[in-house]
This record gives sequence, structure tokens and C-alpha cells, in this order.
Amino acid sequence: MSRRAREHKAWRFNVGAGVILLMLFAASGCRGSQNVLNPGGSQASHISNLWWFYFWITVSIYCLVLIFLISAIIRTTRKPFVPAGSREVLPTNSDEERRKTIFIGAAIGLSLATLFVLFLADLFTGRSLHSLRAADALTIKVTGHQWWWEAVYEDQVASNQVTTANEIHLPVGKPVQIKLASHDVIHSFWVPNLHGKKDLIPGHPTTLWIQADKAGVYRGQCAEFCGHQHAHMRLLVVAEDEEYFQQWLSRERSNAHIPETENQIHGEKVFLQTTCVMCHAIQGTVANGKVGPNLTHVANRRMLAAGRIPNARGYLAGWILDPQHLKPGVQMPQHNLSSDQLQALLDYLESLN
Amino acid sequence: MSALVLEQKELNEPLERVALERVWKRPPGFIGWITTTHHKDIAIRYIVTAFIFFALAGILAFFMRLQLSFPENNILGPDRYNQFFTVHGMTMMFLFAVPVMEALGLYFVPLMIGTRNVAFPRMNAFGYYTYLAGGILLYVGLFLNIGPDTGWFSYVPLSGPQFSPGKRVDFWAQMITLTEIAALVGAVEIIVTVFKMRAPGMSLNRLPIFVWAQLITAFMIIFAMPAIMLGSGMLAMDRLTHVSTHFFNPAEGGDALLYQHIFWFFGHPEVYIIFIPATGFVSTIIPVFARRKIFGYTALVLSLISIGFIGFGLWVHHMFATPVPELGQSFFTAASMMIAIPSGIQIFCWIATLWGGKPQMQLPLLFVLGFIALFVLGGLTGVILASVSLDLQVHDTFFVVAHFHYVLIGGAVFPLFAAIYYWFPKWTGRLLDKSLGLWHFWLFFIGFNLTFFPMHQLGLKGMPRRIYTYAYDSGWANLNLLATTGAAIMGISIVLFLINVWRSRHSGVNAGPNPWHSPTLEWATESPPPDYNFVYLPTVQSREPLWDEVSPPVVCGLSNRKRESLITTLMEAAPDHRYELPEDSIWPVILALVVGGGISWAIFDPWAVPISALLTFIVLCFWFWRGNEPASLTHHVQSSEDLQLLKSEANKI
Repeated sequence: MSRRAREHKAWRFNVGAGVILLMLFAASGCRGSQNVLNPGGSQASHISNLWWFYFWITVSIYCLVLIFLISAIIRTTRKPFVPAGSREVLPTNSDEERRKTIFIGAAIGLSLATLFVLFLADLFTGRSLHSLRAADALTIKVTGHQWWWEAVYEDQVASNQVTTANEIHLPVGKPVQIKLASHDVIHSFWVPNLHGKKDLIPGHPTTLWIQADKAGVYRGQCAEFCGHQHAHMRLLVVAEDEEYFQQWLSRERSNAHIPETENQIHGEKVFLQTTCVMCHAIQGTVANGKVGPNLTHVANRRMLAAGRIPNARGYLAGWILDPQHLKPGVQMPQHNLSSDQLQALLDYLESLN
Repeated sequence: MSALVLEQKELNEPLERVALERVWKRPPGFIGWITTTHHKDIAIRYIVTAFIFFALAGILAFFMRLQLSFPENNILGPDRYNQFFTVHGMTMMFLFAVPVMEALGLYFVPLMIGTRNVAFPRMNAFGYYTYLAGGILLYVGLFLNIGPDTGWFSYVPLSGPQFSPGKRVDFWAQMITLTEIAALVGAVEIIVTVFKMRAPGMSLNRLPIFVWAQLITAFMIIFAMPAIMLGSGMLAMDRLTHVSTHFFNPAEGGDALLYQHIFWFFGHPEVYIIFIPATGFVSTIIPVFARRKIFGYTALVLSLISIGFIGFGLWVHHMFATPVPELGQSFFTAASMMIAIPSGIQIFCWIATLWGGKPQMQLPLLFVLGFIALFVLGGLTGVILASVSLDLQVHDTFFVVAHFHYVLIGGAVFPLFAAIYYWFPKWTGRLLDKSLGLWHFWLFFIGFNLTFFPMHQLGLKGMPRRIYTYAYDSGWANLNLLATTGAAIMGISIVLFLINVWRSRHSGVNAGPNPWHSPTLEWATESPPPDYNFVYLPTVQSREPLWDEVSPPVVCGLSNRKRESLITTLMEAAPDHRYELPEDSIWPVILALVVGGGISWAIFDPWAVPISALLTFIVLCFWFWRGNEPASLTHHVQSSEDLQLLKSEANKI
């Protein structure tokens, strides 16, 4: 094979590999429940469209720059050979310099035009993001705590308010207003499949409008470093049809399940007589602590400890006995419960659906 | 210059050399080592120290990568991981990138503009020792397991007294104060040296682009660094018992968002403070290996100046997720995109220079080409981040981690390695080994891309930055493992580089004074340069003095019994007066001890501030005591009438 043909083949191979890599990148991870490019709502899909617009433009610019760079190097191999370390300095030809200046001027003009287009695209996307709004929309007040999310479904009637944690339910197809605030340090509310993030800054309450168009469970996570357990400050957003959502909401409004079995009654007593009651609230009992998550319907949640562990009996037991093992630095203390107390408490908590 | 008489007189070069050797000699032994004020000694110390910190921060990064290589890994745990990423970021920004870039300026600016030392040699030494004190302070904290753990931008209220009790964040604040003193000192040195000490004939439009880059960076430092010193000072006051101000405490009328504005008003220009000197290296190296003069000198200089200005107008793009008004956000989007234009102009001019030249594929050029390939990618993801809507998604994720490593490693470390391969023969008289260098380049390039390219995808897949672990069901495991593999390859390449430096230092191929046949004045003297830089100070008649057909005259008539240099005018660089540079001195070290000790002590006790201020005053009294300072400060200006410009072969290599 001649040198030229070999080079040609290598060149084709490189281009082919590049295109395949690009395709892989483009195709990769358009799945997943915590993914920018897998929109489940109108906001995220505006942003995702903008992403692909930017992506292909920047990739084309990048390829152009590389083509010129590589040609600048390869061109010279066709020029007369200059030994390495030559003292020779090439003279510059004023005609050629002028041609280059014109070419560069054109390239700058093109860059300016491209940037202007990108700027406009961003501006219009921003407008569509801000246009989502509705008069009497569902309003959820989300408060960031180290390291969990408190969610309060606001209602004119105080007794209809629902307080829950780390799992937000939304009706599909309706704009929802999220009021954001922080209880301690800066957190950032981010559910990539629904919308970009918004910081929760103490002293700067803010709002975010989101809308889920596809039913599903989306994962979110705190995006601003907030201390030891920043990694374990996750939340779930459950988007469901209006009917299911209303069912969920009315169940959450109700008082906690009244213990029935002997074990559950014992468990409630354990809850109310040990340290649990100092931090947690269970609506319908005297437990009214505000430091930790509200546990009125804890058994209905999918995850525990802000997405750290699944909501299952074994995990719950481990969490109660030694939260520092699962989430070092968390504010929940360790508990020395006897086996009887623990089993009763688990029975009770599992009945809170 | 015409005022000076050009009279043919016999030059006695060997005699001059002996006299200068005697005047510029340091005292022997440890005393000489600690009292030296030679800019090259100080700069080499800066560079070596910065690389030690680079290695330390690299080791921290590698541990972070190990921790993240598998889901729910438990090598570090949250406490150590948070300290590691904080100290990694702080080291790379404050102890490596800014100092090493300034250090190359402190080494080469006097050589490139043809003078004997920086303008204020003692202050220069003081700067180095405060920088060292800051670095030691940070690592003492880390090794005692009380290192800062709130990230390199330490947002309040997390870093405030309520949520970060103990002294960890104070180590952060005071380390910043110390290193920024050093940065400001270096900036003042560079500005005054460039403006007043250039070789006769080196008018501003003949200034090498490297020197322009250093000059613009120095101005940016002077405007940016006070903001962070203010921010970290206010935070330290908020935190210190008995002072307990409430600048950033929302409960008492303070503002947490104010802190972010102050921080990023410094933090964004900081990136350009690192990047602009790197472009200076690139603009120096490309013409040498393309064997033609740089294309678009004026455009390149104006681009750098406009980056210097625009760089101060886009800090809010770090804060798009905060409640900043939308109209304001669009302004910062436009500004952030605009800065792509001067950066683009530079890329175009570099490609045009290569296009018109005959590139010789030597190691420095190879690193420069790597730089262009990676930096353009990082710049384009920067355009993506400038968009408010996209930023809302990728902000504070691994996408951003990928972006800033592409612009900082691709945009600054690759040019830095190019600079080291290029200037190593100037420092040591020997070339770095080429085959080890090729291994270094390719492993570093491949390892870098394996480490950081997957992070773009991780960010889009929702992985936030600064998490010490992630769940099995997150879907991030494979890409993270890939990134860790890449980090290991990068580590190996750095080890090869260090071996190369260590071995070639004494046994590399002899380079001679100008191995690459470069056009700038630092190559117009021996390698390594003598303490006095040039036997006779050079004069300049073009932008590429060593590529001129005729060698211009040299300056003679400067005293060889004192450390004397020539002051020239600001624009034209016409000889103005002679300037006596100070002798070596112990006072810079003592002052740095007092300042470093005082600022470190202030972590624990506010009384440290007045007491160390008093001590500083006393030390400065000794520093400026009559007889300790050269006559030029007491007698002010000396005439330049006995200066002459003479034809000489002394500086011709």
C-alpha cells in the first residue's frame, strides 16, 4: 500500500472513530430517571432541545477548528524539508498576510453571528421557561434541611396542609409552583428530568414552576454543596394522574393510622417515650417535633433518609439503631433499643401508611 | 537615545564580567540562600514549590478518584473527602496555578526586557516567603485533620460560625490572605519592572507578547485579589469570637448572596489570571517552532487586553441558579459569550502563524497543539455554560467539573508543560529528554481525556459535584471507573515528567545558549543566565531582536561596583536614569515570618492583628533603615549622562 493510501485509510479510520464516539455520546444516557436529556416535563424538554441545538453547533465549530489546525501542520510536510533546529526564519509575504487577515476577519464575523444566534436561542428558551404559570396552581413549599427535604402542600385551610419529606407527588400535566427556602445552609433543588436547578439561599426565598408531562418517578438531588451528607440529600418526584394524586393527597391529609395490634400500641409508646418524639411529628399524636421529617405517613414513602436507603424493615431497623453508620454526620442520634422495643417500633412505623 | 553619545570605545568584557560577578555574588551557605533577592532564585523557588503543591494536590485528587471509582465506596468517607476536594481546589488555584504563572513572569520578564533584576527585589523575596507560609498553613491544617472542608469557594452560611464550628474554615481564609499578598506583590513587581526597566528601544509596541500577558495579568491581579481578601477577611471576622461581625448572617441583617458576588468578582477573573499567562507562553512558542514571526501581534495584544476587561464583567454566570433578576442574567450571558471572541482571535492567529510557517514538531509545540485541541473544547463547553437555561441544568454538576478541567489543565497546564520543555534549557543549560517527553505527552493527553471527557456525560446524567459517594442505582459507576483509570494514567505521566526533569537537570543534552533559535532577549545570554543576567544591557530595534540581521548596540557606563540597572521611559523606553538595586537582605524573611505568624495567629485570637501590625512596623523600620537601602532611594535620580551605547559582540550568541 502506498504511503498516501495508508494515510488516507488512517484518516478515514480516525474520522469514523470520531463519528462513532460522537454518536455514542449523543445517544448515551437519554435514559434514566435523573437525566437532563430525558425530559419528563415541558421545562426540561425546552432545555433539552436547546442543548441539542448548542451541541451540534459547538461540535461543528470544534471540527472546523481541528481541521484547520491539522491542515496547518500537514501542509508543511509538502513544503521543502527544513531540518529540525534550523536557524532559518521564514520571511513573511505581505499579500499572504493580507489574505490571512481577511480570512480571520471573516472567521470572527462568523463567530459573532453564531454567538448571536446562540444568545437569541437562550433568550427564547428562557422566555418559555418563565412563561409557565397558572393562577390557582398547586403550591408546594420545599424547605432544605441538612440533609433532607421538607415539603408542605399549602392550602387555604390550615388543617388541609400536608407535610411530608423527601418524596413529592405531582399531578401530571399541571403547572406546579414550588416555593423554595432553606432552614440552614444553601441547598439547590434539582430534578433534572423536570427542570434546571434553583438555589435555596437563607434569607432569599424563591419560587420555581415545574410541570410533569409524563407520569413516572423522577429522582432529584441537592446540587449545592451543603456539608457532610450532601451526597445523600436526594428526593423523589412522583408524577401521577390527577385521580391518583388526589387520592394520595387526601390520604396524606388524614391523621396517622391508629395503632391496632399490641405490638403497634407498644411501638407507639416507644416512639412517644424515647428520643424519637423530640424531633419527629406524627399527626394525630402528641409528637410534634420539627427537627426531622414528618413521619405521619412514613410507610408510604419509597425511600428513607433522603434517598439513602429503601423503605424496608431491615433498613429501617439499621437506620434507627445506627444512623451514623449509614449517613455519617447526620443529626439523628444512635438509639439503644432493646430487641422488643425495636420490633414494636418497626411494627408501629410500618403501620403508618 | 539620541542624547547619548555613541562613541567607539574599547569594551573589556572579561573584566566587566569579573566585576559584575563580585557585585552580584550572594553570601555563601544558608545565609546566602535565605537572604537572596535575585529574581531568578526567587522565581525558581516559586516554580519548585508550586510543583510540590501540584503533586500534593494531584495525590489528593487521585484519592478522590479512588473513592469515586465504585458506588458506595468507603476509602475516604465524607469528612476526609470534603477536606480533600477543598484542599485540592485551593492548592491548584492559590498555591499552584497563580504562583507558577507569576513565577515564570518573575523569571523571564527581566530577561526578556533586558534588565538585571525586578524593580523591588526585596519585596519579591518577601512575596515568596508569605506564599510559602500560606501553603504551609494549609497543609498543617490538612495533616492535623483540621483542614478546610467547605469547598474552595466556601459559601456562607455553610462556612459561617454556626455551621462550621472549629477552625477549619479559618485556615481557608488566612491561607487566602497570605497567598494573595504574595500575588499582589508579584503583580506590583511585574508592572513596575515592565513599565520602567525595559531595554532602550523596547517601546511598548515591541514588547514580547509573553511580557504583555504578564503585564495584563498583573493588572487583573491588582483589581481582583482585593475582592477575595475582603471576602475572606469579612468571613474571618464573622467567625472569630470577640469580633463576631454579621456581614453574611441573614439572621442579623447580613447577606449570604453578597458573599457570592464578592467571591466571584474575584473568582472569575482568577481563571483568566491563570489563562492569560498561558496564552503568553503559546504566543512565544508557536513562532519559534513555526519559524516565522507571530501573525497578528496587535490583534493578539488587544485580545488579551479585552479579555482583561471583559473578564471582570461575567462573574454572575456562576450564580444563575440564585435568585438574580432575569434581565441581569441575560447581560451576563452576553458578556460570557463575548469573551469567546478575543479567545477565538487568539486561536485564529496561532493557526495562521502555523499555517504560514514550517512547524518543527518538537515537544513544546506538541504540548501547544494539545493545548489548542483541549482548550477549544473547554471554551465551547464554556459557551454552553454561558447560556442561562443550559447552565440551570449543568451548573454544579460534573459537567462543570469537566469544563473547568478542560480550560485549566488543557488551557493552562498544557502550555505550562510546553513552557517547561521550552525554557528548561534556559534554566539548566540542558534539554529535557525527548523520548521520555513524548511518553509524558501522550500518556498525559490520553489520561486527561479519559478522566475528564466522561465527566461531561456524568453531569448530564445528573451527577452533582462534591458528592463523596453515589448509589448503585445511579448509573454512574462505569464512567466513574473510566475516569479513575484515566487519572492513574495521568499520574504515571507526571511521574515520568518528574523523572525526566530530575535526570536531565545534570545529564541532559547540552543545549547551548539558544537551542531553539528563539527571537527574544532571554536567549541573548548564557544558559543558565549569570546573576546579573547580561554583561552589558542590550538595546532593541525590533520585536524579534535575535532574529535581526544586525545586532544592536549595548548599554555601557553602568556602574560595576554597585548593583545598578537602567530606568527607561514608559512608552518609548528611552534611557532615563540609573537605578541602584538593593543588596541581599534578611529582612524580607523576617517580615514574612511576622506577617505569616500574625495572620496564622489571628485564626485563634484577634489580638494577633494589632500586635503583628506593630511588629510589622518595627521590622519595616529596620528594612528601610538608612544604609540598608540603596542610595537611589535617598538620592533619588542619578543622571544617565555617562551612559553609552556601544557596538559589542558580548550579547551576540
